[in-house]
Amino acid sequence: MSDNNIPLLEVRNVKKDFFGNVVLKDINFTLKEGEILGLVGENGAGKSTLMKILFGMKEITETGGYEGSILLNGKEVKFKSSFDALNAGFGMVHQEFSLIPEFTATENIVLNRESVKYSFASELYGDRLNTLDREDMRKRAVEAIKKLQVNLDENMSVSQMPVGYKQFTEISRELSRDGMKILILDEPTAVLTENEAESLLQAMKRLKAHGIAIIFITHRLQEIIDVCDKIIVMRDGKIVEDMKNENINIRQIAKAMVGREVSQVQNENSAQVSNNFSEDETILEVKNLWVDMPGEIVHDVNLKVKRGEILGIAGLAGQGKIGIPNGIMGLFNAGGEVIFNGKKLPHNNPKECIKNGLAFVSEDRRGVGLLLDESLEWNVSFGAMQAQNRFLKKICGIIKWRDKADIKKTTERCIQALQIKCTSSKQKARELSGGNQQKICLAKAFVLKPKLLFVSEATRGIDIGAKALVLDALKKYNKESGVTIVMVSSELEELRSVCSRIAVVTDGKVAGILPSSSSSDEFGLLMVAGHEAKEAV
Amino acid sequence: MSFKTKMNNFFKGVKDKCVSLFKSSKTKVLKKPTLNGTKELLIKNIVPIMFIVIGIIGVYFSKFSAATIVNEMLTRLARNSFLVISLLIPIMAGMGLNFGMTLGAMAGQIGLILITDWGIVGIPGIILAAIISTPISILLGWWCGMILNKAKGREMVTSYIIGFFVNGVYQLVVLFMMGVIIPIKSEILLPRGHGVRNMVNLQGIRKSLDNLIPLRIGTVNIPVAAFILIALLCFFIIWFRKTKLGQDMRAVSSDMEVARASGINVEKTRVLSIIISTVLAGYGMIVYLQNMGTLNTYNSHMQIGMFSAAALLVGGASVAKANIRNVFLGVILFHLMFYVAPYAGKNLIGEAQLGEYFRVFVSYGVITIALVIYEVSKRRENRIEATLLRESTEGEKNA
Repeated sequence: MSDNNIPLLEVRNVKKDFFGNVVLKDINFTLKEGEILGLVGENGAGKSTLMKILFGMKEITETGGYEGSILLNGKEVKFKSSFDALNAGFGMVHQEFSLIPEFTATENIVLNRESVKYSFASELYGDRLNTLDREDMRKRAVEAIKKLQVNLDENMSVSQMPVGYKQFTEISRELSRDGMKILILDEPTAVLTENEAESLLQAMKRLKAHGIAIIFITHRLQEIIDVCDKIIVMRDGKIVEDMKNENINIRQIAKAMVGREVSQVQNENSAQVSNNFSEDETILEVKNLWVDMPGEIVHDVNLKVKRGEILGIAGLAGQGKIGIPNGIMGLFNAGGEVIFNGKKLPHNNPKECIKNGLAFVSEDRRGVGLLLDESLEWNVSFGAMQAQNRFLKKICGIIKWRDKADIKKTTERCIQALQIKCTSSKQKARELSGGNQQKICLAKAFVLKPKLLFVSEATRGIDIGAKALVLDALKKYNKESGVTIVMVSSELEELRSVCSRIAVVTDGKVAGILPSSSSSDEFGLLMVAGHEAKEAV
Repeated sequence: MSFKTKMNNFFKGVKDKCVSLFKSSKTKVLKKPTLNGTKELLIKNIVPIMFIVIGIIGVYFSKFSAATIVNEMLTRLARNSFLVISLLIPIMAGMGLNFGMTLGAMAGQIGLILITDWGIVGIPGIILAAIISTPISILLGWWCGMILNKAKGREMVTSYIIGFFVNGVYQLVVLFMMGVIIPIKSEILLPRGHGVRNMVNLQGIRKSLDNLIPLRIGTVNIPVAAFILIALLCFFIIWFRKTKLGQDMRAVSSDMEVARASGINVEKTRVLSIIISTVLAGYGMIVYLQNMGTLNTYNSHMQIGMFSAAALLVGGASVAKANIRNVFLGVILFHLMFYVAPYAGKNLIGEAQLGEYFRVFVSYGVITIALVIYEVSKRRENRIEATLLRESTEGEKNA
């Protein structure tokens, strides 16, 4: 047992620069056994770099290492690679899943640390020719899962798991390591629903009881307040706040993060939500919709959207809320009836949907939303060019050319309107930060001049400042051009700050539609209604 | 027991096997609630089905007796299976079809040339040839693997070209060094004093493995010892899948970056898979040539990679997934077509050339089709999975 006076981990005066560009300086903090440290900061504040240093990643060693020292149990350590860090007792769960899809949970948990049975061939050709001891592998996996106390089937193939389970598999893998003392979780809840996130937080508390120290990075400040003992706020590569979690509220942390007053989105805002929609006129009607989308259940969705409103779609992950816009827009195989402006829309035909005045900002902004290696101009104009023949001029009446001047003008207008941080309209989309990429996705949709806009998980994984801007842009757009917006989000509070009505999707169906002024309990009840019904049966 | 009954039994066995193969794949597909199960089944197995049809037509028109065909098929199974099995491990490691197996084939041939020169005959000759080929195969396989690690995602085309390149080196060694640097004294040396003759007679080891344990049923010869060797190799493959190294190869095949992050030495694992494949190909070539009885010094190895790959694909394998069942089904179907096509051609249009034409055309064709089908079915599977998910949830709802 380590002495109480010597912290498990101590970071002293760490400084890091990338070729003269200082990204971290004067980083000092300590971490004790069984302590949960919340690390917050806007994107680009240096959190990831700090974690990379702790974890000995090769991006750091290859760019000249770092200054300052890291002490583990009072002794200085210098990791040459992340494997050194692993051996020293660090475990890290990255934002992107690092799992082998074709393997089962067990195989992933003990990946490259499989239990083996002796085989004669290993005498001749080395340990890798020992055969696997599947039973023991399973036991170890179950043991690790037990520490988390989650309901995870160790024989399930990762490719068939919902996102939350994948996350648990990753954490179990770190837990199954012997001597794992410090667990770094980099935005583990970003891809989870509130419910899944809640069980993760519970699991973290149990790990803490086992004496494991956790460094927890998240954008969801409430989670920090719920589980952390200590909170470190970073801004511009420095620690601006290092405080005990006592009598602290979200507002304080948010203020420290951005260094400016943010208007906390709260219920009182909903009064300002636009009410300029007509009560009777339906713009979109969905009847008995089913959608084939991996990881999402949608069957039998019935929904009416009124002209001019902002409708929120809430629900737990995998319950079908994301599947609805994807199905209507034809990105995934769907069936049922979709009537838009009195006209029946064909299925599986995104182009027809766009032509009819629908637009979609996908939750998969890097995959579906953007052409990452193209310029912002291309990204903004691409959809309109393809579906609506805009930004094209005819030469001699036959050949169609791109109207570069028009594209540039439009893009620059969008950049200004949405406050997109970029060097020029010719910059590549890949080079922008997450929040700015999201804004480009919005711009792309706005340029289509849709009558109805679907926005799916628009604020996932972007920081508080950018989030407010994105939400404001949507509100403004709705108010100014009277566009109907259907907004899908895992964060109920965000929907309540923007939407007039919120539909809750549970078990692939609309469980109910509530005005956003309804209490949290009512929403909560609708979200779990399906589960309760199932248990009752 | 009359010969006819045996043949009938054999054919029944083959038929049952085919039926059961279909049934097994059918039940597999039907378990997934697809929208059109039969169509799926057809598309999934289009290559084997095509060859069964071609085979049946060919057998009918070739007017061969069942005994002749069975005899020939058994010979060809014993001759080719070893080579085809050598392709399995790189597929397991996600490196596709290892056309670089020709490297191993050349190593095997060098072993055979040397033992022929030294006059070592019979099983000791075969074993010695294998021993000589092993270090050469390991060296070539290691080198080939290192290059393939620099061409990730393009392993197949790269290994194919490496085959051509090493063929040049092989010619240099056999045509110019042998007799000068490497002493060759027997009559396989060209009269000019260097270079090995175009044809090397392997009479010293001819069929010595095949006939080691003689078994003759009716007019059918069964090369028992060769089959025992192949069975051992199959057990090796099955065992290998269960080893840590086998598991690592599966991980590398599925996601190199994740495997690397977990500490698996991705590059080394891939190189090992190519080394194993090359060494096995060397042994396979020795088994192949002891059956043929003559070594065509400058040509025998040239198309072995392509024919083996084609046979494997005919058996229903893809560039990402192959098993032992694919090997045997593939060798039977592919070589059945090879064997009967010339005679069928002669009987049909009086043109035996048709067979030769078929040989090359079909081999390339089948590789092309298999590559296309692999891509198409990958997309298809994604769609099936989505359907499966939806219907299973609906089933849940109904239940």
